[in-house]
Amino acid sequence: MIGNVRAVGQVLAVAAVVGLLVLLGWKLVFGDGSGASGKLARGDSPVAPNFTLPRIDAKGGDLTFASLRGRPVVVNFWASWCIPCKDEAPALQKTYETYRSQGLVVLGVDAKDFRQDGKRFIRRYGITYPVVADGRGSTLGKWGVAGFPETFFVDRQGHLVGSVIQGGVDLGRNRERYAEGIRLALASSK
Amino acid sequence: MRFLVVAVAALLLAPGATAAGRPVQADLEAEIVCLTCKTTLDQSNAPIAIRMKSYIRDRIAAGDSAAEIKAQLVDQFGPGVLAEPPRSGFDLLAWALPLGALAFGVLLVGALAWTWSRRGDDEPEVSDAVLDPDLERRLDDELDRFEA
Repeated sequence: MIGNVRAVGQVLAVAAVVGLLVLLGWKLVFGDGSGASGKLARGDSPVAPNFTLPRIDAKGGDLTFASLRGRPVVVNFWASWCIPCKDEAPALQKTYETYRSQGLVVLGVDAKDFRQDGKRFIRRYGITYPVVADGRGSTLGKWGVAGFPETFFVDRQGHLVGSVIQGGVDLGRNRERYAEGIRLALASSK
Repeated sequence: MRFLVVAVAALLLAPGATAAGRPVQADLEAEIVCLTCKTTLDQSNAPIAIRMKSYIRDRIAAGDSAAEIKAQLVDQFGPGVLAEPPRSGFDLLAWALPLGALAFGVLLVGALAWTWSRRGDDEPEVSDAVLDPDLERRLDDELDRFEA
């Protein structure tokens, strides 16, 4: 009897270890790692993850990212409590005003933030491009956002291009990469 | 005993609130999670944690109950903002699984203890067999020397 109990215990222990190894293997093989940004860093050009979120800009309603297909997009993840986000806001607004005529859209994703704070931020910095609220941060994992602010470039086919800019955009250390991202997004054919 | 039961029930039914129903800032800060650092607000000074504390303070001043403040935060940030998962729906698993594992462990230990005690019963009892005369004499000698 005791031998049976011990055997069952050993089988359960081995099964638990094997189960954990299978989960680990599954995560390594099929997991999205660091999301879309990780794939971009590995040299791929993944499709930008879709989402539908409420707008907190003047227009209101919901915005589905896929509806922007056919237009180059600069996607900026930010929060009102983030200091570098305040510093970069004028540069993003200037980008929108400069390239809007070429079809480029700047899209702000205000994540892990109070919606009211986000709206106040929009008014304070005179932002006129579309901004959506993602209080739960549901988009961050899929996009691979590690912190705020973070900026992605999406071409007209909906693929990520260039490199992800972590930290405020258009600064000395990333001005060239920022310009390159915009150029690649705009260069894609319809 | 009755007082204890009532006190425990009051604590369970109205976390984050005093007996009068007015929320306590410190209690709510211990029940809400900072969005970026994943610790409770009372253990965080991250910018969003400071903002959330300020929001809670404002809502308490405005007369909102603890449940209302929590509901507002869940509406903004989702159920993950609560340090304790809700006791309903899928989240109930977070409460049920540890209790289930504990019950399983208790049953397993009980079953093992019962099995081992049964094995003890099956073993032959120590008999009153007479010792070897030589051994018995040596034992007596040792005892005599010990008592001397």
